[in-house]
Amino acid sequence: MATSHAQEPEVTLELALEHGLNEEEYGWIVDKLGRTPTFTELGVYSVMWSEHCSYKNSIVELKKLPRDGEHLLVGAGEENAGLVDIGDGLGCAFKIESHNHPSAVEPYQGAATGVGGIHRDIFTMGARPIASLNSLRFGDMKNPRVRYLLDGVVRGIGDYGNSFGVPVIAGEVYFDESYEGNPLVNAMSIGIVKAGETASAIAEGIGNPVIIVGASTGRDGIHGATFASEEISEESEKKRPSVQVGDPFTEKLLLEASLEALKTGAVVGMQDMGAAGIACSSSEMTAKGQQGMRVDLDKVPAREDGMTAYELLLSESQERMLVVAHKGREQEIIDVYEKWDLHAVVVGEVVDGDKVTYWKEGEVKAEIPADHLVLGGGAPQYIRETKKPAYLEETQNFDIEGLDHPADHIDTIKKLLNSPNIASKRWVHEQYDTTVRTNTVTAPGASDSGVIRIKDTKKGLVAKTDCNGRYVYLNPRKGGQIAVVESARNVVCSGGKPMAITNCLNFGNPYKPEVYWTFKEALGGMGDACRALNTPVTGGNVSFYNENPEGAIFPSPIIGMLGVIEDVEKHTTTPEFKAEGEIIVYLGADRKGLGGTEYLKVIHNLTQGDAPELNIDFEVKLQESLLEAIKAGFITAAHDIADGGLAITLAEMAIFSKLGATVDLAKLTGSAHEVLFSEAQSGVVVTIREADLSTVKAHFENFGVPAIEIGSVNGSDKLEIKGIGSLDLKEISETYESVIPNAMNT
Amino acid sequence: MANFGVIVFPGSNCDHDAYHALKHVMNADVKFLWHKDTDLSDIDFLIVPGGFSYGDYLRSGAIARFSPIMQEVVKFAEKGGPVMGICNGFQILLEAGLIPGAMMHNNKLRFVCKSVNIRVENTESMFTSHLKKGQVLNIPVSHGEGNYFIDDDGLKALNDNNQVLFRYTDAEGNLTDEANFNGSRDSIAGITNVGGNVLGMMPHPERAMEKILGSEDGKPIFDSILNSLSIA
Repeated sequence: MATSHAQEPEVTLELALEHGLNEEEYGWIVDKLGRTPTFTELGVYSVMWSEHCSYKNSIVELKKLPRDGEHLLVGAGEENAGLVDIGDGLGCAFKIESHNHPSAVEPYQGAATGVGGIHRDIFTMGARPIASLNSLRFGDMKNPRVRYLLDGVVRGIGDYGNSFGVPVIAGEVYFDESYEGNPLVNAMSIGIVKAGETASAIAEGIGNPVIIVGASTGRDGIHGATFASEEISEESEKKRPSVQVGDPFTEKLLLEASLEALKTGAVVGMQDMGAAGIACSSSEMTAKGQQGMRVDLDKVPAREDGMTAYELLLSESQERMLVVAHKGREQEIIDVYEKWDLHAVVVGEVVDGDKVTYWKEGEVKAEIPADHLVLGGGAPQYIRETKKPAYLEETQNFDIEGLDHPADHIDTIKKLLNSPNIASKRWVHEQYDTTVRTNTVTAPGASDSGVIRIKDTKKGLVAKTDCNGRYVYLNPRKGGQIAVVESARNVVCSGGKPMAITNCLNFGNPYKPEVYWTFKEALGGMGDACRALNTPVTGGNVSFYNENPEGAIFPSPIIGMLGVIEDVEKHTTTPEFKAEGEIIVYLGADRKGLGGTEYLKVIHNLTQGDAPELNIDFEVKLQESLLEAIKAGFITAAHDIADGGLAITLAEMAIFSKLGATVDLAKLTGSAHEVLFSEAQSGVVVTIREADLSTVKAHFENFGVPAIEIGSVNGSDKLEIKGIGSLDLKEISETYESVIPNAMNT
Repeated sequence: MANFGVIVFPGSNCDHDAYHALKHVMNADVKFLWHKDTDLSDIDFLIVPGGFSYGDYLRSGAIARFSPIMQEVVKFAEKGGPVMGICNGFQILLEAGLIPGAMMHNNKLRFVCKSVNIRVENTESMFTSHLKKGQVLNIPVSHGEGNYFIDDDGLKALNDNNQVLFRYTDAEGNLTDEANFNGSRDSIAGITNVGGNVLGMMPHPERAMEKILGSEDGKPIFDSILNSLSIA
């Protein structure tokens, strides 16, 4: 073992603590290495064992989620993303990931590199990204800092994705004070690969060369993974240099070159470099191949002179990958990358043994058994203390019926349409390219979920990101269930069969027992729903430490649901009314309960009560019966009931279509404000042709799903709700469209 | 049958869309041309596609105009060869001096992707012969720098020579400030060179070729092109 460089600090427990390791973890390292680690080794251990890379506080719980299914080609955690068999000889790789902390301090680059990182996860598997989604959470729009963050995040997502050339097909944006100072920026990518042409993130075959490709390595993003694994504080602003800088142009070249390189057959394995850069990609690939790897850091193309081994290994410079080639065929790979004007330099080789060894200037700077560093190997795994949060007692017993509910429901509906959570997000999604690649069948805003056709097949893919953090806050288990069933319901409303999910689990500090209890419960709820719907979890990402000085964010397990539409031309269904004279039918459960609703928040400024009602077995029946009815051609429009309740669902169907309607909600049981504003689950509004009414009613009766005729579409310019009042379509459309542009002053 | 060539610059991202539209919707013969290629001898019609050539870091199209193939594209166009630049392709053709004018950032300084209406201003062109004058087409746009600018004399010349093919309008074909969403001079969405053989347009007709994608209004433009090539 060579001696450490003279300039390097002496490695002590204190230095280890500064690196975010704890005493026990440092002890383990010294014990297993049989010596004090070098400074470089300490850096590598600290990033690899950061929450972000090691999942040390979540993996035990994640393993309890259902992760098997007949359509899964790759299990959760085995590769960079989940892979689902969608038939026609095609696999679909998809994954969602967070970039919350970088976006909190540097919204533009934080969001941009979040998009870049998730696309790399997809194409490193050999799949071409064909669609992206996102899920964003911010504080109150009245706060100028929130508007600054929204503006920066949207520009960041847009500029990166637009240049990279992948359409955004769906997403969601929520505002609530709980996300103040700690916005959530979750990005999802979906890619397609021919079965049998996938790449694996493996390094094997002694003597096989290891090639670094793509951008050069600079000093940006060092310790980004560690930064992501601590709470946001006033100090965070100083961590701005931990935020990486994105270059979508280089990423686009990297995509084309990598897919071309895979076609040569000369590639053994490929891994993108995200968090912890060379350290992470090399050790993960090595551990997977169960051999060793030698890396000569002097050969890494660097952006600046004098970079140390520590910096080269930990840099999170974007748009880089590590490729292992078949010995003797490396030139074929280098030629492809050079054709695309990218670096491709052999920096090492697969060697005998089990260690990753990093050389610089003729010295071994770090030598670590790869297994020490990775999940499932030596990286620590913890079961944290849990404690039910005290606030739940208060919120769940809150007397909602005792509130003074306004009698003017029309006025309430207008106020809800004026809420940025409900109002049109057109301002956001028009800044994203939504139609490039000519596959987009329904773009953001026009549908419950995004739909793309798959060229050369009859099929479509349908995807949606979803989670209502308010529900999870009020009832973590039910909130977790709802996040899954609601995203599935959105997929079904668009005509698709839900297949599998990816998830991004955004929570507070796991060392707080209340946060961990919530985490565990929410995961339990997700598991319940995934099992009932037969939609296994294919992977995703955990983001802890989402806190601001006021406390943790609403627990937000964002679900990315993937579904398949069998016949995209015939089955794709959208929410707007289609034709005058069509019958409006309510499908589903009773509209009761106001806990956790947008109504309570907007009208009473309260986040109280229990999460909305949900019966999972009934939800499954609703979804199955609706999908069958869609496939049989009976459903002309379908729209899920979500934020704002039935009143908002009906208003949106009218706004989207510019067609009026008259409805009578007297047949629905419950008080008027509950029927209108309850966010009880398992409710959908559909339209059908008048001639099909009896057939459709009989169909849903067979499933035990109530189908209640509530009105019809007409040519008027009003949405009339009998006994309640009427809404002028022009007026509510203007409100709906102007809320966010006005707030953003554009 | 005519041979179409679609240029691929590093950073092009609508190259496959143009290829798909020509090959699979129009059943035309089409091939990709790499930006380092210089042989256009078997090409009858060139498409300079959309995207972010070379990242568009300096100014849209400013670097692409120096690429090897663009020198040949200029010669091809000067000899009367038909060229169509869509979005980034339009920006590149402006930078290369094949069409007059320049592109600025959208006047609201934001990227805009949506479906817009454009009115057909001139049907005597090889690109619009299958359209009716005044006809309104519904076609997607997707750009950050589409605010077309030309000085007064230049604008007069464009109008005098019938070089303006498309203007942004409302659904009824009226010129309005709202419809001119990016602030283009005189609502210009697409123009040709004086010779009429080079078209630059910001909207993406190749994204409006199939009913399932929401509009087929781009097809008559390609019908016009194919028709003129079959006669020529």
